[in-house]
Amino acid sequence: MATLEFRNISHSYEYSFGKVKEKEKAEWVINDLNVVWEDGTANALLGPSGGGKTTMLNIISGLLKPTEGQVLIDGKDVTEFSPQERKIAQVFQFPVAYDTMNVYNNLAFPLRNRGYAKNKIDSKVHKISELLNLDEYLYEPAGSLNEGEKQKVSLGRGIIRDDIVAMLLDEPLTLIDPKLKNGLRRTLMKIQRELKLTMIYVTHDQHEALTFADYVSILNAGTIIQSGSATELYDNPKQPFVGFFVGSPGMNFIDCSLSGGNLDCKGFTLDIGSFLEENGVKEEGEVKLGIRPESLMISKEQTETSVPFNIQVIENFGHYQIITVEGMKKRLKAKISSDIGVSIGERIFLSFPKDKIILFKQDKRIL
Amino acid sequence: MKNRAWLFLLPALAFMSISAVIPLVTVVNYSQNYIFAGSMPFFVGVENFVEVLQDSQFIDAVIKQFVFTFLVLIIEIPLGIIIALAMPQKGKWVPLNLVLLGIPLLIPYNVVGIIWRLFTQADIGVVPNAFKLFGYMYNVTLNSNDAFFTILTVDVWHWTPLIILLSYAGLQAIPSAYYKAAAIDGASKWNTFKYVTLPKLRTVLTIGILLRFMDSFKIYSEPLLLTGGGPGTATTFLSLFVSRKAESYELGYASAASLIYFFIVLVLSYIFFQFISRVGRGVHHA
Repeated sequence: MATLEFRNISHSYEYSFGKVKEKEKAEWVINDLNVVWEDGTANALLGPSGGGKTTMLNIISGLLKPTEGQVLIDGKDVTEFSPQERKIAQVFQFPVAYDTMNVYNNLAFPLRNRGYAKNKIDSKVHKISELLNLDEYLYEPAGSLNEGEKQKVSLGRGIIRDDIVAMLLDEPLTLIDPKLKNGLRRTLMKIQRELKLTMIYVTHDQHEALTFADYVSILNAGTIIQSGSATELYDNPKQPFVGFFVGSPGMNFIDCSLSGGNLDCKGFTLDIGSFLEENGVKEEGEVKLGIRPESLMISKEQTETSVPFNIQVIENFGHYQIITVEGMKKRLKAKISSDIGVSIGERIFLSFPKDKIILFKQDKRIL
Repeated sequence: MKNRAWLFLLPALAFMSISAVIPLVTVVNYSQNYIFAGSMPFFVGVENFVEVLQDSQFIDAVIKQFVFTFLVLIIEIPLGIIIALAMPQKGKWVPLNLVLLGIPLLIPYNVVGIIWRLFTQADIGVVPNAFKLFGYMYNVTLNSNDAFFTILTVDVWHWTPLIILLSYAGLQAIPSAYYKAAAIDGASKWNTFKYVTLPKLRTVLTIGILLRFMDSFKIYSEPLLLTGGGPGTATTFLSLFVSRKAESYELGYASAASLIYFFIVLVLSYIFFQFISRVGRGVHHA
């Protein structure tokens, strides 16, 4: 159990491997990152592919030495330590099971490599296989397991060691059959709860991140844009990227200009003067209006503040539907109850509740 | 309609029957007759086979052949894997390495034989002269051991690159996650090799071992060109033995010997294949 910390971590593959000699010209995958993952918490790193998530994990586990900066475990600098010395377990996207060994020997492998006593290994293997529901396969060759079970085996090899302080999961469910995913996710959560390990879960799937982790960090282009609980990220995105990336579908954005309490969105105007005043917002000029698809109010009749749109696409999900509407060169998505009967091409009216509006100026939240 | 596809096989079948089936049938026919060139063959049943199996020269050639093939496999397979592991996995030297390794494979058998005959020629060859520096009088035409180990060396030089190239291709196909996992699991280099690399190379090595087994078991042109099977019968391997018999017009005997020879290759290839494809692989269940 441990606190993990990044101090001014930067990484460039090009520079580290000597492909580019000058620091300025190299491509940096991670830029001056400072993060603390608290002891015993379930964390997620969420971001698009190529955002530096896996690089971060490999730096924590020691598979990769950062170009600059320090990695600390419980306040101790471990930057120069090898993966074996760091006491960190890592599970990869690709389920790794040693095919020529049976499940028992797979689980025992990390312990044998560290010279544990035979009876100790035996009791550990049984304990872990029970925890992971692998007992029935214990003497089966690992090569004959399905991908979900193989991923459990590789998880088991990670957590079987006594000295493990943290568990890193690199998109562990991506290659797993959808039918097996739920079971494996439950297993992961159970292990986190029972072993109280510091866990870092890397994924580009927001559902996985939000359901698994207490604390989610949104990563894009090598920097953490925002960290917080699922609710925080959802309700209070600090940047449009977070609003767009978290939530399904993502937040709607409209380019508007703000002056004298009037929000002019090129086609319709919203009077939000008093609301801005209440919140002490003084900025004016070009802004980006953000609103969640479920915050848009739909009606079939025009009211004073509503704006007309045409329905382009309807996606029905049973208890709700997502409609894509167009009007005034804008394309928005709205999440509405499936009780409302709508049809493609129909004209509807949307209103924008003031208290649900978020304003960004130059990618920074102002309201 | 589907059956029409078989028509496309006809050219290949015709070619196969001329090149393989007809000769094989002829050999089977010959093996049961007493034939001496010019005279009428007469049927002798299994007599030729009995004679072959009781012939100490044949037994001698079989033993020599087994020793040779065994040495070829235990030298070339590990050596090929070791060199493949030592090769750079990426970078600008990779293409050059691959081309250099491919050169021995591109040289025709008879040229290989002639090159090495020049190398080993007692008066002007580089090999005898090099040994002379160490005080050893090397002579392929006089010393049985020199002749045998020279043929072995030629084969290793000629065919280890095949194993290297196969292993190299196999190594490239191993997902890096395995090595990362092994590092996290604290596996030693040897354990990583034993539990990750070697099992993942199984498929290519199966092909490599089978090819090297069959080819070395059929070795013919190298001893023919280099030593002519001598000195004495030191390098008269099975194929050379059979062809010598045929050349001396003992067609019935040679046919019986070559069928026994063929049978040995067939059975051993099958056993090899079964063994390698099963070892370490679990029974598959869904």
